Amino acid sequence: MSSSSSTLLASGARRPKPATRFSWAWLGVVPFFAFATLFLFLPSFVLFVGSFQDAKGNFTLANIAGLFTPSILSAYWITIRISAVTAVAGGLFGFFLAYAGVMSGLPRWVRTSMLTFAGVASNFAGVPLAFAFIATLGRLGLVTVLLRDVFHINIYQGGFNLYGFLGLSLTYMYFQFPLMVLIITPALEGLRRDWREAAENLGATQWQYWRYVALPILLPSLLGTMILLFGNAFGAYATALALTGGMINLVTILIGSQIKGDVLHNVGLGYALALGMVVVMAVSMAGYYVLRRRSERWMRN
Amino acid sequence: MPPERRAWEPDLLKCRSHSWTRFYGPDKTMRIRKLNIWGWVWVTAGVLYFFVPLIATFEFSLRAKKGTLSLLAYQRVLEDPQFWRTFGFSVSMGVVTILASLILIAPTAYWIRLRLPRLRPVVEFITLMPFVVPAIVLVFGLIRLYSGKPFALTNTVVGTDMLLVAGYMVLALPYMYRAVDTGLAAIDVRTLTEAAQSLGAGWGTILFRVVFPNLRAALLSGAFLTFAMVIGEFTIASFLVGMNAFGPYMSQVGQNKAYESSSLAIISFALTWALMGLIQFFNRGAPEQGQMGGAR
Repeated sequence: MSSSSSTLLASGARRPKPATRFSWAWLGVVPFFAFATLFLFLPSFVLFVGSFQDAKGNFTLANIAGLFTPSILSAYWITIRISAVTAVAGGLFGFFLAYAGVMSGLPRWVRTSMLTFAGVASNFAGVPLAFAFIATLGRLGLVTVLLRDVFHINIYQGGFNLYGFLGLSLTYMYFQFPLMVLIITPALEGLRRDWREAAENLGATQWQYWRYVALPILLPSLLGTMILLFGNAFGAYATALALTGGMINLVTILIGSQIKGDVLHNVGLGYALALGMVVVMAVSMAGYYVLRRRSERWMRN
Repeated sequence: MPPERRAWEPDLLKCRSHSWTRFYGPDKTMRIRKLNIWGWVWVTAGVLYFFVPLIATFEFSLRAKKGTLSLLAYQRVLEDPQFWRTFGFSVSMGVVTILASLILIAPTAYWIRLRLPRLRPVVEFITLMPFVVPAIVLVFGLIRLYSGKPFALTNTVVGTDMLLVAGYMVLALPYMYRAVDTGLAAIDVRTLTEAAQSLGAGWGTILFRVVFPNLRAALLSGAFLTFAMVIGEFTIASFLVGMNAFGPYMSQVGQNKAYESSSLAIISFALTWALMGLIQFFNRGAPEQGQMGGAR
């Protein structure tokens, strides 16, 4: 196609009236949409339809109702709690760390190496991460033994258990807070010097600058990233399975055992379980999208 | 001199001196020093959180021989034929995933920018969908859809591997698309295309000799990120190919061999580090882009 015809097409697209000549340009995105349909939408659709079918294939709401039984509700509740706790704690820790690395006047190499470490750590998840925490805080882990022999603190007698809620949360934190650092650092650097100077010229204290200028600007990205962290932990399976051996009642682990063999003795309920996860994720991603829109308003240069 | 100006000048002076003392006065230096202490505190906490588990794992991996530090666990792992077989399998799956993703996504992102900008929000939305559908749900759907008739992909080895690659491509979609799109944003796609066209280039030449070379850093960082994700991936692999892949192999070692599993964790950490290092190396000077992996 010649260059003149491509500019014609482009200017035609801007006109309010739809182009009269049929364009074949959409053919270029057919492979992408075909792929997304085959391997993303259809598999999700199968689970969606299955959630509303009984064993004979008739329409039913019994599977959805089955989600509201104590054992399944508690699985959702634990998963949501772990995700929320690690999202907030990891988010705050990551934020303070990013702030320290970028804004508080530490040498430049701190920022560079912090971002490198964060990139590595946020990708170091799954089975090896579980091994690392077993070697650290397991019954014979380095930190456990050090605390016991040097400081005479036996954390396992004190009620700590790596394979429970707190242990899993500490493990998730290893990939949660670096992700916060990676995402929030650009937002922190987007805080313009002029704003601080303007605030100071108007006589604002450090606290007032944060309360009335910086925090309102940062809040959407801060909350949005925390939602992202929430989803990150909510969908995690390998880390939890490798760490606890499936002993903790998370939704992902329940779905995993349902795939291996129908542990719920109800195929439709398994589908509904997956659908419930997608719904929680979709709600949180919608929240993330709205907040990202808000934060972008201030990030234009 | 007009009187208004006289009234205005002292104000400015006051304003200036005000910010001057704020910047260089004793008050400001004290604040910076205080902040610095807190800065170091947080950085130290971050360093500890990052390194203590690594040191613990490394120390543990050296204790395979009683009473002495040795590399015995590493030796055992590296002598295990299963290690090399599963590692090779996951490397080849990673390479196929990267190539297939690039072939699918790079031309699509380019075409969207050039011809179909109105579709951009739709495509972006689709690339974010894997965040909504966790890997465990995705593999559930894939198995239910493709294990029975009419597709029955899981009945053959090739079919199962294809399904695995497709699953990985879906997981990689957000990172790959973002990497490519950020790369495309940095170059003038339209001008480059038209210049190539006016010199008589066909679409193949435009894509492979004009556009893609300009995206090299972006494509490479997307590729390495995908590779880092695929190599130790457990969720999808364990349900589709089981012990053939590296992730499930590591998990199985962890169930009965403590020292070997620690050495595997160190090996895979070194691998992640190397891949992230490569991304940074190829991104020098380019606008910073994501090194964010997903949940596993």
